[in-house]
Formats: sequence, C-alpha cells, structure tokens
Amino acid sequence: MELVLAIAVGILFGAGVWLILRPRTFQLITGLLLMSYAVNLFIFAMGRLWVNQPPITPTNTIDPSQLADPLPQSLVLTAIVIGFASTALYLVIMIGARGLSGSDHVDGEEPKA
Amino acid sequence: MNGLPGLNHLIVLPVLIPLIVGALLIPINPTRHTLKFALSLLSGVLLWLVAVTLLLLADGQHWRAGIGVYLAANWAAPFGIALVVDRLSALMLVLTATIALAVLVFSARGWGRVGTSYYALFQFLLVGLNGAFLTNDLFNLFVFFEVMLAASYGLVLHGYNIRRIQAGMQYIAVNLVASLLFLIGVSLIYAGTGTLNITDLAVRAAKLGAQEQWLLQMGAAILALAFLTKSAMWPFGFWLPNTYASASTPVGAMLVLMTKVGVYAVLRVWLAVFGDHAGALNQFGFDALIIGGMLTLFFGAIGLLASQEGARMAGFGAIVSSGTILAIIGHGGAPVLAAGLYYLLGSTLAMAAFMLLIELTQRIQPPGAALLALTMEAFAIEDKPEDPVGVGIPGTLAFLGLSFCACALVITGMPPLAGFVAKFSLFHALLAAADGPIPLLTWSLIGLIVFAGLAAIIAFMRLGVRTFWASGVVKPPRLLFSEAAPVAALVLLCVSLTVQAGPVFNYLERTTEGLHRHQDYKKRVLGTKAVKPQPNSREKQ
Repeated sequence: MELVLAIAVGILFGAGVWLILRPRTFQLITGLLLMSYAVNLFIFAMGRLWVNQPPITPTNTIDPSQLADPLPQSLVLTAIVIGFASTALYLVIMIGARGLSGSDHVDGEEPKA
Repeated sequence: MNGLPGLNHLIVLPVLIPLIVGALLIPINPTRHTLKFALSLLSGVLLWLVAVTLLLLADGQHWRAGIGVYLAANWAAPFGIALVVDRLSALMLVLTATIALAVLVFSARGWGRVGTSYYALFQFLLVGLNGAFLTNDLFNLFVFFEVMLAASYGLVLHGYNIRRIQAGMQYIAVNLVASLLFLIGVSLIYAGTGTLNITDLAVRAAKLGAQEQWLLQMGAAILALAFLTKSAMWPFGFWLPNTYASASTPVGAMLVLMTKVGVYAVLRVWLAVFGDHAGALNQFGFDALIIGGMLTLFFGAIGLLASQEGARMAGFGAIVSSGTILAIIGHGGAPVLAAGLYYLLGSTLAMAAFMLLIELTQRIQPPGAALLALTMEAFAIEDKPEDPVGVGIPGTLAFLGLSFCACALVITGMPPLAGFVAKFSLFHALLAAADGPIPLLTWSLIGLIVFAGLAAIIAFMRLGVRTFWASGVVKPPRLLFSEAAPVAALVLLCVSLTVQAGPVFNYLERTTEGLHRHQDYKKRVLGTKAVKPQPNSREKQ
C-alpha cells in the first residue's frame, strides 16, 4: 500500500508541477489542484498508514498502537478547506483577468510572437 | 502564573480585535466611508494600545522570563495551540500596529474609498499578521499565513486594473505553491518528531534518532522554502518587485511588513529548533541562510540600480533589507542579531513611509512632464482615486523633500539617522563576534552591505533629482493633512529611533538574549497548566 500511495502522490505532484509551468490559466489552476491533492494525501500518509483502525476510541483503555493518528486527519481537513477556498478565490481572479485583458495567458496578455 | 490572570487574555486580543471589527465591517453599506474608517481606526488604536501594553508586560516583571503564554481553548501546550508573547513578538506587534495606523489614516480620503471591502480586508490582514507573530504552533502559523495571504490577495488587486491583475495573478500563484510547500514541510516535521509546537519541537529535536533527524531536516528545509518565498530570498523573490510596483500605495506599505513575517518565522523557528542546544542538528541550515541572504542582498542592490520607478525601487529596497536580515540570522550570535533587529525596525518604518511618500511626490509633476515620460506612461496607473480637493498645505514641497531625504538616509544607511546607527552597530557586532582572524564570509557580508548602501544612494539620488529638481514645471502639490501626517509620523519615528538608540538597543539585546535561553521557553510554554474551572474559555482558529 505504501508503494501505491507513494506512486500516486508522485504522479499527482509531478503532473501538477508540469501543469503550473504551462502558460494558460486553466492549466495553472488544474496544476495547483493536482498538487494540492498530492499534498493532502501526503499529509495523510505522514501519520503513517493504518488499515481499519479508528482514530478515536470510546473505551477507557487506550492503546496507542491500536489507533490511527488523529492529528494528520484533522490537519488534512484544515488543509483541504484552506486549499479549496484559496483556489476558488484564484479562479475568480482568473475570470476577472480573462474579462479585463481578453486573454487567458498567465501574464495577462498574449505573448508577442 | 504571577500577577493578574486577566492580563493573560491580552495576548489573544491582537487577533480578536481585527477579526471582530473586520466581520462587523462587511455588512456595512460600502458608501458609508466615514463609519467604516472610524471603526477601522478604533481597531487600529486599540491594537496599538494592546501591543504596547504587551511589550511593557513582556519587558517587565509580569511574566517569568518575559514570556507570556496563552493556551487557546485551555488545552495544555504540546496538545493545544499556545499563543506566546515574548519581547520579539511584542516588538513585531507594535511595529505592525504602528504601520497599520499610519496606513489607515493615509488611506482615509483616497484609497479607502475606491473599492468596497478595503477596510474589512485590511483588518483580516492584521488578523493574519498578528496571529503569525503570536502563535507557537507550526500548523496554526500556516493558518494565520493563509489568512494574511487571502486578505493580501484581495488588497493587491485593490483598485482593480489590468496591471494589478497581471501582477496579482503571479503573486497569488507563487504564494499558493509556497503554501503547498509549507504543508509538506509541516507534515514531514510532524512525521519526524510527532509534534508541531515549536518549543516542544526544540526539546525533541535534540533527542531524535538518525531517521527522524533526517525527516526533520528535510521538513525544515522545505518549510524554509515557504518562509523564504514570503521574505523574497533570491531566487524566490522575483514576484516581489512587480507586486510592489503595481499595488496601490497603502497596500504597498503593508506588503513591506509582510516580507518581514517570513523573516520573523525563519528567526523564530531556526533559533528555537536548531540553536546551540540542538545536539547533532546544531546550526543546521544557517550557512544556507547566510549565503542566500548575501545573494539576495546583491540581487536587490543591482535591482535598485536598474529601477526607474519609485515603487519598484521600494520593492528592491525591501529585498535588500530582507537579504541583510536573513544573512544576519545565518551569522547568528545575540549582539549581531540585536543590531539586525534594529536595522529591521528602522528599514521597515522608513520603507513604509517611502511607499506612502511616492504617491505624494508623483503629484509634483503634471502628467507628461516627467523626464522619463515614455517609461512612466508605459506603466501609468489607469484609474487613480479622484484627486484630493483639500487646500494645499503651504510648504508642501519642503515637507516632501525633507521626508524623502529622511527616508533615503535611513534606507541607504547614511548618517545621521537610524540606518547609519544600524549599519555601524552591525559592522561592529560582526567584527567583534569573530575571535581571532575575521573570516572571509564576514568580510564579504560587510562588503555587500556597503555595496547595497552605495547602490541605494545612487538610486535614491537619481529619483530625488528627477522628482524635485529636474521635473520641469513644478507645481506645489496639494496634500491632505490625513496624507501628510502619517508620513511625518513614520519619519519622526525613525528620527526618535535614532535619538533613543540607547534604550532601544538595550531592549533588543534583552530580546536576543532571551531568544537564546531555550530553557525559559521550555519551562514557560510546556509548564503552563490549563486553567481548571473554565466557564468562559475562548475558541480559536
């Protein structure tokens, strides 16, 4: 499972990096989204990978080795919310830029060929 | 806890006040400028008072070791989020509140009336800044960084025109990527050490096994990339000059402060985690900071020489000042750091005043009469706020000239103002820090700082001559009192920083010595117990 997750994170992040180096805003925002997915998975994995383990237990006897780490799960939740919000904000600005400049190039103007 | 326990709640106020005021400002009708301005001003004044009180408390005997700890939601330190105020964070809070007040008053008649949510965004920016200075938790730092950035995205685009959008798109893209790096760094650090509390991290860093150490180092390095992007270290600082040059004036002045947040975060985390107590990790990354700082300094100096426009010059000036401070952090040592903090104070105040001043000096020339009319026109701002209608204050030209001179003196580091005191004491501390022969690195740092000073002198002289002497038809510009007063106040602060250099230096020396006493932080932050009865505990985040 570690291998699968690592490859998935790597592919997502690599694709994201390639996309944010592209000149069009749609490619840029897709790249940012892919990278943020990769980062979210990565944060999740940093609490080590667990299968079928609850993060919080209702019982009084607590055995940490039988529980998944709850902290990365809450971190990833916060990161998702913040990432989502800032990407949405960026999308609005991109639409504004498209309307104002008539170009979807990241420089706000078509490159002079 | 000795003293009044109620005073502890002051620590959370710099976050709460602007948060509440900002939320109140949103539903108010955008045409009610005076009400919005009055509320923002109230928040600014309150913030300033709270910040000064915190500074006095941190420097006084109120808290043991001068470290105040506020446990958010009453969870004890490594588990909950602790807000920590010490001399350094109190100083940064005062600096923030001072510049924020000046900028608020400046934008009262002009820029504040342009967009709809200017004042609310401004308050949220303050939430992020103050929170970043106060928090002792890495993930909470991320949250406050994001609050600050989200507000700054809106503010950079304030006075929506094509040029701001072009610069804003790049600014936002760079910062979104930096935020992702921040998250990767934080999660690697958590994977390596199992904690996000900076003080707890410092305690654990010394006892890590080889593999965890490696994770922590990797995480810290990636985290540093995020901080250094904010503080515009070369080669992560290419977004900065464009953003400064295109942002509206008051926002530019606040951006000057925002680059200092990155510097502050580096200083805070590196001194705490990789200080002398860190065992095998002692001094990790400091060499990279000093080299990177010097490269930044060089890049900024060249940029200063190359820029024609005032705002762009201010951007490169901010890069120079970031580079200097990063190199100083990399060099380390309490006396050197104290001189560096003094430099940070002086240069930030002067740079903010200079940003505000640029707009006022631009009114001197009627459009088209500028020496470099072509260049200027190519970059012309399209929709300015309406020209102020107030009566011209007599002697405006003299006022502008003197303020320009004072800012230039501080930024270039010429006598007799604060910049000179800062550089002189910096050189003195750098030379005194070396036992035996002075290393080449120190010499080259000193040489670079002198070179950057020279570049700044040339650039400022050119701008000054062009603005005040060679602009052809000089018509005394019309200034409003609310625009002149903040500039004058900031300049006067720079002057009083020079006059009161002794007490300020004493305070800064206490600050840096305190920063090096890790045991105090460990005792205070990890030793503070949650309050038992909790009828009205506050929530945060």
